[in-house]
Amino acid sequence: MSVLAVSEHRRGELRDVSYEVITAGRLLADALDDELHLAVINGPVDEYADSLNREGVDVIHTVDHGEGFNHDVYAQAIEQLYAELGPEAVLMPNSVNGLDYAPAVANNLGLPLVTDTIDLAHDESVVATREMYGSKVETTLEVDPPVAITIRGAEWPPAEGVGDASVEAFDVAIDEGAIGSDVTGYEEVGAGDVDIAEADVLVSIGRGIGEEDNLELIFDLADTLEATVSSSRPIVDSGWLPKNRQVGQSGKTVTPDVYIAIGISGAVQHVAGMKGSDTIVAINTDPNAPIFDIADYGIVGDLFDVVPALTEEFGG
Amino acid sequence: MKVLVAVKEVTEVADDFEIEGTTVGDRYLEYDLNEWDDYAVEEAVQLSENEDDVEVVSATIGPERSEETIRMALAKGVDRAIRVWDDAIEEQDLLDVAAKSAILAAIVEAEEPDLVLTGVQANDDSFGATGVSLADAIGFQWAAVVSGVEFDLGSDLAHVRRELEGGVEELVDVDLPAVLTIQTGINEPRYASLRGIRQAQSKEIAHQTLDDLGLDPSMAESPIGLTEMYEPETESETQYFEGSVDEQAASLAELLRDRGVGDA
Repeated sequence: MSVLAVSEHRRGELRDVSYEVITAGRLLADALDDELHLAVINGPVDEYADSLNREGVDVIHTVDHGEGFNHDVYAQAIEQLYAELGPEAVLMPNSVNGLDYAPAVANNLGLPLVTDTIDLAHDESVVATREMYGSKVETTLEVDPPVAITIRGAEWPPAEGVGDASVEAFDVAIDEGAIGSDVTGYEEVGAGDVDIAEADVLVSIGRGIGEEDNLELIFDLADTLEATVSSSRPIVDSGWLPKNRQVGQSGKTVTPDVYIAIGISGAVQHVAGMKGSDTIVAINTDPNAPIFDIADYGIVGDLFDVVPALTEEFGG
Repeated sequence: MKVLVAVKEVTEVADDFEIEGTTVGDRYLEYDLNEWDDYAVEEAVQLSENEDDVEVVSATIGPERSEETIRMALAKGVDRAIRVWDDAIEEQDLLDVAAKSAILAAIVEAEEPDLVLTGVQANDDSFGATGVSLADAIGFQWAAVVSGVEFDLGSDLAHVRRELEGGVEELVDVDLPAVLTIQTGINEPRYASLRGIRQAQSKEIAHQTLDDLGLDPSMAESPIGLTEMYEPETESETQYFEGSVDEQAASLAELLRDRGVGDA
């Protein structure tokens, strides 16, 4: 029995998680002492297969049934590959698109589903590690194969090298009548006059600010430091700052010289967008906030005390 | 038209807590309406305000305690609620996605909604899978991570925006009936008015067991075992600034100056 991994692309480009799912799949396949199969669905499949032919992949199955993403095509193709290969595990990205088909695939095939895994092992059963309570705890789950799994991005290194996988066009029979959605386009959101990705110093604010009126404190500090104000998601969701200020998975990825996270707990979606910053400073009342796991410097304290004091230090 | 909103009462863990076995100690837990579901409720209530004859029914899998959370949804404009609980569910460490979607599927079968809304994920266990799993179970279309939607009820179509990574939205037309998983920020969830809170007291919360739904209790048994829970080891070597607020601020200011910030 083997492992079937599913790659991902968007608007003509393979996404990083495609190479990570190969690494995760290879490790699991090694534990099972078996083959790693990789599915490449839609788009220029041969070109993608070429790029994905890295060390560790045994067979690449291409399914050419359109240009871009359609969850019904993905689900049907994976279900048919599953029927053909009978893998022990189906590994899919825990991306927005992965979560648009993986649960349907699992339900259709009657497979237990473990999403958003950050580590995988095999010890008679499949052992998956995932977080709960906004990264406050980790849990270990055990499940007997066959199983459907989604993996969190950037947890496994990308597969490297040049592989010698055989590339096979999979003869899929898509039921067109069962396709009930149609992707009509894409839109960039969050354009605007401020580009936080260009800033050298970001003063970033999160839920801890409490109320919109309190943002003044943050802008005062940013003005004094000649820094740019950015934020975590809840601030944008509340409509207190425009979308172009949002750092994180669904916002911008930033890599400033200094990132000052104020009242930001450090949810994984936020951290994904700022962990590449040179120096990370966190100010938070909660000593266990996950933001301190990646901060270089920290102050455990109330932002309403610390921020004015810091502004004053710079004569603001 | 009938809209079913799947609403979860989520567990929130205090800043300081202890793990007991494979769970966080009771005294460190608080309960609240799942943030994502709050947006799903708002979306459903807005639809009922904008269209004629829309009934909004909420469905929750939760113990009696969760009725407090359900009342919040009722106070915000949900018309009536269904709460499913059973000894067979209580016994589980972890109710897996398949069991949740099978329970909700049984409710869908009984209620025959035209639309199902739920949050993208729950902020406690964050599986993010129930909505799409349910769609497959009941033969509805679906869209995950919805940041905008316009209904064209005349042609049984929803014009949906899905929030992809990196500030990109996908525009997708989805056939109705459908399950949509709602992302935060899609609307501004209302606060319950005093009038709403009063009205909620007299709204129905129908408790159902698995048997009531025609389900065998064994369906709650999870194929996924929760074997360990622990606090993650931090790899960080965070240097903390200690002392009074002024001392902390002075130390941080020194660091920032050192990095060329502030005194240009």
